[in-house]
Parts: sequence; C-alpha cells; structure tokens
Amino acid sequence: MSTVVPARATALAAEIELARAGFALSVALGLAPGEVLAVLGPNGSGKSTLLAALAGLLRPDRGRVTLGGRILTDVTAGRHVPPHRRGIVLLPQRPLLFPHLSALGNVAFPPRSRGVHRRTARVVAEQLLSEVDCLELAARKPAQLSGGQAQRVAVARALAADPELLLLDEPMAALDVDAAPTLRALLRRVLRGGGRTAVVVTHDPLDALVLADRVLVLSSGAIVEQGPTRSVLGRPRSAFAARIAGLELVSGTACPDGVRTPEGAVFAGHRDPTLLAGEPAVAVFPARAVSVHWERPTGSPRNIFPVTIATLEPRGDVVRVRAGAATGGPAWADGLHAEITAAAVADLELVPGARVWFAVKAAEVALHPAAGQS
Amino acid sequence: MTATSPGPLRRDTGDRREDTHTARTALPTLLWIPAVGGFALIALPVFGLAWKADWIRLPELVTRPAALQALELSLRTAFVSTVLCVVLGGPLAVVLARGHLPGLRALRAVVLLPLVLPPVVGGLALLYLLGRAGLVGQYLETWFKIRIPFSTAAVVLAQTFVAMPFLVVSLEGALRMAGERYEEVAATLGARPWTVFWRVTVPLLFPGLGSGVVLAFARAMGEFGATIAFAGSLAGTTRTLPLEIYLQRESDVDAAVALSLLLVAVAALVVVLVRPRSAEGVR
Repeated sequence: MSTVVPARATALAAEIELARAGFALSVALGLAPGEVLAVLGPNGSGKSTLLAALAGLLRPDRGRVTLGGRILTDVTAGRHVPPHRRGIVLLPQRPLLFPHLSALGNVAFPPRSRGVHRRTARVVAEQLLSEVDCLELAARKPAQLSGGQAQRVAVARALAADPELLLLDEPMAALDVDAAPTLRALLRRVLRGGGRTAVVVTHDPLDALVLADRVLVLSSGAIVEQGPTRSVLGRPRSAFAARIAGLELVSGTACPDGVRTPEGAVFAGHRDPTLLAGEPAVAVFPARAVSVHWERPTGSPRNIFPVTIATLEPRGDVVRVRAGAATGGPAWADGLHAEITAAAVADLELVPGARVWFAVKAAEVALHPAAGQS
Repeated sequence: MTATSPGPLRRDTGDRREDTHTARTALPTLLWIPAVGGFALIALPVFGLAWKADWIRLPELVTRPAALQALELSLRTAFVSTVLCVVLGGPLAVVLARGHLPGLRALRAVVLLPLVLPPVVGGLALLYLLGRAGLVGQYLETWFKIRIPFSTAAVVLAQTFVAMPFLVVSLEGALRMAGERYEEVAATLGARPWTVFWRVTVPLLFPGLGSGVVLAFARAMGEFGATIAFAGSLAGTTRTLPLEIYLQRESDVDAAVALSLLLVAVAALVVVLVRPRSAEGVR
C-alpha cells in the first residue's frame, strides 16, 4: 500500500537535561532525516520523560532541541516552542481518541485544526483510514472500537498531522497479543515505507528490530548503549540490552523457505505473514535454542553450521558459548551464542578455539522483516 | 469510559433493563436498614405534603394571580441565573481544573464558600457589596445611577451566587475525570490552545454539564435566604415562589402546601426532562 501523505523527513538534534524528584535525565541524541530510533530501557529509566521533553510538554532544565534547522527548545536563550507549533506528534501508549468524535472525526481533527476545509479534511481522513484498514469503522465512536482498531485509528490521526517527527510511546504495550503484530506491520509500513523520522519507545526488542535503524538504551536517565539495531541487540554490552535481547540474529534477504544469508545458505524458521520475499529480513532465535555438537548432527534440526568457539562465559547454571567464524563456515556465525548447561560443556570437553557445529530447530526461529541497511 | 475499553461493539442505549442472569455480589443485609431510613427521610416529607394538600382546591390555589406571578418570576430568574452560571462558572471550572497558578487551592475554597455558607449570610454579603452604601454599590449609584438591591437583578445575582458552586463542582469533576492527556495529544496534533479548548475541553465538559445545569437550576428555583436578604419580597419584582410560599404559610396553609407541591412538580419535571446521565451514574 502506498503512503498517501508524503512524509516530511527532517533531522533531529537534541540535548536534554531534566531533573525531577529522585530522577534525572541527561541525554544527547541525533537523528538523520528518515531515520527511526528505538529507545529501550527499564521502567523509570526516563523514556517517556524524553518523549515529553521532545514534544514540548515538559521544559528541560538545560538543553537544546532542533528539528530541521528550527530551534524548538533552547534553555539558555529562553526559547520554548509550544507543542502545537513543533511539528512533532506524540502517539501515546493508550490511543486517547477523542471520545466525542467518530473515528473519521478524530483523523480529520489535525487538518481541521490547521484550518483545512471540512470537506478536504474529510477526504484526507478517509484516505488515511483506508491506509490503516479502518475505513469501514469511520462512523464508529472510540468506545465502539477494539483496542487494536483504536490504536490503528490513532496512527492515522497522527499521520494526518503530517509531523516532521513522530514520537511513539510503547504503541504496542496496551494491545493484546493478537493485535500487536498487525499494528507492528502497519507501523513498519508507515515508518519505513514513508521514510519518516521517528523515535519509538519500546520494551520489546522485536519492535526495535522491525522498526528501527538505531537503538538507544536508557538506564536511570542516561544513555548506556547506542548503535545500529542489530549490533546493539546482537552484541549487547549493557546488562539491560543483554537481558531484553537474549536473542540471536542472522540477517539476510527473505526467501520462500526462510532468510537467505549473504553466502546463499537459507536459514529456516517461522515466517512473519507480512514478510515479503526479497526484502531485508532477520532470523531471530534464543541462544538456549542452539545446541552444540562435535560432529555434524544428522537429526531433525534444519539449521546446521560450523563455528569456532570464541569464548565460554558461565552465567549462573548455564554457559554462554560464543561463536567465531570457522574456516569454511559462514561469516555471519561470528558473535552468535549457544546457551548450554555447564554439565554439557564438561561432557563435551568444549574449549575456546575448538571447531564445532551449531544446530537450531526451525521451530525455534522467527523470521521478521528488518529495518535499515544491513 | 476510556477510549481503549474493548467493550461491546454496539451499545444499546435505549434498553436499560437489568440482565436477570447477572449474579451479583450480595449486599450486607445490615446495610438496608440505614438505607431505607435515609430514603424515608427524603421521600416521606414529600409524601406528607401531598397527603396534607387540599387536592380539590389545588387547581384554584396554584392559578391565583399571585401564585402564577411568583412562578413566572421564579422560572425567569432561575433560567437567567443558570445561563449566568454556565457562562461564568464554565470557564471558572476549566481554570480550576486545568490552570497552573499558585494559590489555586485557596481560590477553589473561596468558590465553594456558598455551599457551606447560610444563604442569608450570602444575601447580606451581597447587600454590603452592592447595596446603596456598599463597597461597589455606592459608586454604581452615584456614577451610573444603577441601583441593584431589591430589584429582579438582585434576585438573579442572589440565585447565581448560591447556585454557581454546584455547576463548577460538576464540571470540574468531569474535567478531572477525563484527565489532561486529551488536551496534550490535541496540542501535539497541532491544535492551538483556543482550538483545543473548543474542540476537546468543552466536549469533555458535557458529561458534567447536564447534572450541573439541573443542580444549578434547581438550587436557583429554591433560593430563599439570599433572595430575601438582598432582594426583599416585592410582589412581581422579587417575590419568587419560595418567598410566596413562606408568605402564604402565615395566612393560608393550604395555599402554601399547594405552591410547595407546584415547586416539587417543577423540580421533578426538570430532572426528568434533562435526565442528567452522569447524575445517574451512567455515561
């Protein structure tokens, strides 16, 4: 589906310092036009405060926010552009559709607020509603929509404001498990397809993988880690990123059976229904789904590849076996982990430098579209 | 209530009957005794009034010129007071619920003063502000030749004084319940403060408006103390229905009872016609 409203991709630069009772946020970040940044972090790490400060709903104690050359906040110069003149839309966790307006009325609200004629606003709203597959719900009041439908209408309403920067505050958090994949696919279409500059706050590494070019990990109001999504989630350096990630990634291009890696091998797994053959994709699986063998196993696992053991790190009662690329083996295996019991490590007599085989059952692998350039 | 609640896809607003299959958590039996007592204290006096009434003479008693004059004056002044309450009290409620001013709590306490003050004290206070020798009244008199006390305008002011807090409390409650997040979202969507006020805040007021208007109108209709202190009891100009009832009680008890029933009927009619859904606990 095409994006009806052409995106206004704009660069963002922000330095924000804000102290509240028992909490201080100090963050500097920059986004290139069309770039999507995922902000991950535990509860109370300052993610929502960061969004509120960007949107102009909170005044920072110190700092500067510029969007496409416009200075929105400059504390030293005493400048604070109010929320309605920032060109920044905040999509909150709960959809917060105006209860007295229909779905159509909600989506027509931003253009009407800009003074667009009622009929023109209606046409724009209808186009956007059809883009989020909610056109047949146009006449419904928010109370008559399900959580997922309401959030999709809220996405259409946010796009109707034609923001230069879109802020999403855990957009999937209030949805049930069935509605989240639909919305995630929609957001991907909107953010990636439309080339919008956006900041997505999330708990779910999957959201970061599917939506974001870069990831920023916040903890107690400070950045503990940032970088390209796959390197942060693939090789997490902070404890939080490792805990939320705990995921192994293999990237490539989607093909009918799975993800085709640069060498041409196919990594098999469950396909996300929105994944189209030929688009960038990642195979995602937990490290504990990987088994380690001295000889090439001949059983049911579909994904088998040789690696060299780089390190062995005990983690409680399991050992994380970190792989390096083996001679003659795939380069992408470098950095993958297997989590096996200490007893198994002892039985197998695994040592760094040993050449072994990793095996992953296809049933443990999820295939997702990937954001950004690989 | 919230926009996120999945809820039924179609809400049948016409049918409010209870579903007989619903298994409800039982109420403690002991609760019924004070509850019945409380209901009796409210309902029985009205019943007593109806029982005491001379139903044969009733039509004649309530259509006497003095009675009709008082009723008309009451309806007219209560209507104007209610409009004043909405026009002045609405913005006041928005400021109290949404404003970020120091001393707002003290301001709210002052606004609620008429709720706890004996109305007759309010009437005296108005008199010493707007009376001929009052703080403001003396200048109105000498500069503009405006004399407010003991006029119909005084009746309206007295009624507005006692009724406004009811409306402010209702509207402020509705706004606080809706929360500020709708306005924040509207602002990030590009709506100017004035647009946010008209297209988001005002509609959020509606659930409280029905009950607030009914309460304010009913309070204005029943106003006695402040009116008699500030406006007196002049037939046709300031003698509203409650004042007429009090006057008749001295001479003709049957007439007083009949007029009281008339007031009860008007109040019941207002409640039924406007049917404030938020006052019934449903939205």
